[in-house]
Amino acid sequence: MTQTDTLAPRPALPWIRLDGPEPFVEGRLCRACGARTAATHLACPACGARDSIETYRAPTTGKLLAYSIVRRSYPGVPVPFISAIVDLDDGLTLKGNLINVAAEPQALPVGMPVRMVFGDALGRTDKDGASYVAFFFEPSA
Amino acid sequence: MSENVYILGIDMLKFGKYPDRTFAQLGGEAALLALDDAGLGVHDVQAMYCGSVFGAYDMTGQAIMREIGQTGIPVTNISNACATGASAFREAWIAVKSGLYDVVLAVGVEKMPRGMLGAGHETGISLEGLFGSASMPAVFAESGMEHAGKYGTTFEQFAKVSVKNHHHSTMNPKAVYQKETPLEEVMGSEMIAYPNTKLMCSVNVDGSAAAVVVSEKKARELGLTRAIRVLASALASDPWNPRNPIMPDVNGCTQLAAKSAYEQAGIDPLDVSLVELHDCFATAELLHYENLQLCGLGEAGRLIDEGVTALGGRVPVNVSGGLLSKGHPLGATGIANMYEVALHLRGEAGARQVPGAKIGLTHVVGLGTASAVHLFEKA
Repeated sequence: MTQTDTLAPRPALPWIRLDGPEPFVEGRLCRACGARTAATHLACPACGARDSIETYRAPTTGKLLAYSIVRRSYPGVPVPFISAIVDLDDGLTLKGNLINVAAEPQALPVGMPVRMVFGDALGRTDKDGASYVAFFFEPSA
Repeated sequence: MSENVYILGIDMLKFGKYPDRTFAQLGGEAALLALDDAGLGVHDVQAMYCGSVFGAYDMTGQAIMREIGQTGIPVTNISNACATGASAFREAWIAVKSGLYDVVLAVGVEKMPRGMLGAGHETGISLEGLFGSASMPAVFAESGMEHAGKYGTTFEQFAKVSVKNHHHSTMNPKAVYQKETPLEEVMGSEMIAYPNTKLMCSVNVDGSAAAVVVSEKKARELGLTRAIRVLASALASDPWNPRNPIMPDVNGCTQLAAKSAYEQAGIDPLDVSLVELHDCFATAELLHYENLQLCGLGEAGRLIDEGVTALGGRVPVNVSGGLLSKGHPLGATGIANMYEVALHLRGEAGARQVPGAKIGLTHVVGLGTASAVHLFEKA
């Protein structure tokens, strides 16, 4: 067995947690003002409160806010893909690939209900050979 | 403190590719042109601010002084994304407004790397195409589609922005392109990131622009004939927005800067005769009609349909051709916008002259985020 085979998958974003039974996104909620973010900050970016942030498990359902159908990206990046901005039901906003839907404007009404699914990061591995876990969105209706 | 601050001289190089010229040569040439326009020389300049995104780390401002005369004045290099040139100008304005100096030079210069610009942080793997796209065409496409979702703005309305700005540039010899692009050509060109086609993306070029900023005292001493009064200089960073920076917010920051500028100048948005705004992508221009209060929320699509923002309309926008057709060398763009407005206020814009232009507005916004809005009038 090579070392590569023994490496545990890693989270592709810092706010993806892999230490539970299922992967999930860990959000941050400010107790002082109710602002929600995915990233960590020294103080709340909305109100400036310190020591006010608690973590929580983000919901996996939300609505499509905006998207772009990307047909040219950086060299080597497979296209097309749908770059989507999703407002989760609790108000946390995430960006991800929207999958299992046609890459056509007619198939992508704004406000469309979507759910978050987790999976391998499209086969991408790092210099150690480790694989990664990412989230994607797909239509839920 | 100087009661008023003026642009006495301003100029730019034609935007384009300058592979054989250095940052310092490009910036220095624009600086000399601006000094000539002001009727001043390098020995009159008391301080200099140099804006450059890709040259700021390399002490480009000082290198420009080696090109035009090393007088030992204070030189500061500024990098502030696409607001870089306007930020350098604003530092010059502050330096004169404070009363510390009477003559300050602001230069914006850029040599652009090849390819598509983007942000995006890396973990151990590339995230592009894994969590959507961080490329600029896609990011600004998403901002446009948010507007489309709210107000029903269409692909065709976004495309009309490119038709208009490319048309304007046919009258601007300093634009990189002078070519008409009919609607079918804009909508039918290579789709980069829906709804932004290739002709709806700004042009990656090199370039430079410079302005000589002077005090009330100096302007009166040298004569106000061609002076441009700075009515307002506003700079904002991105205020809290729950979706930013997952979805970069170019609106909140622009709205803040615009509000501050109108307040400083004590004018109504309807008083503005022409606007040079940050059309880095066609989708962005429509958002900024509303952000800059040229119309109400949701009315931007109607403005482009009715020709309100075309040359001949109520408030012509980007008569220079804009970033879409004049070109977008990041650090130079902000001052080049001011050059365009100055031409119109002086009545020197030739075929594309906005008749009777009294007040001009310039706007830039760089992701990360920085937005600058300036207001000018003929002295």
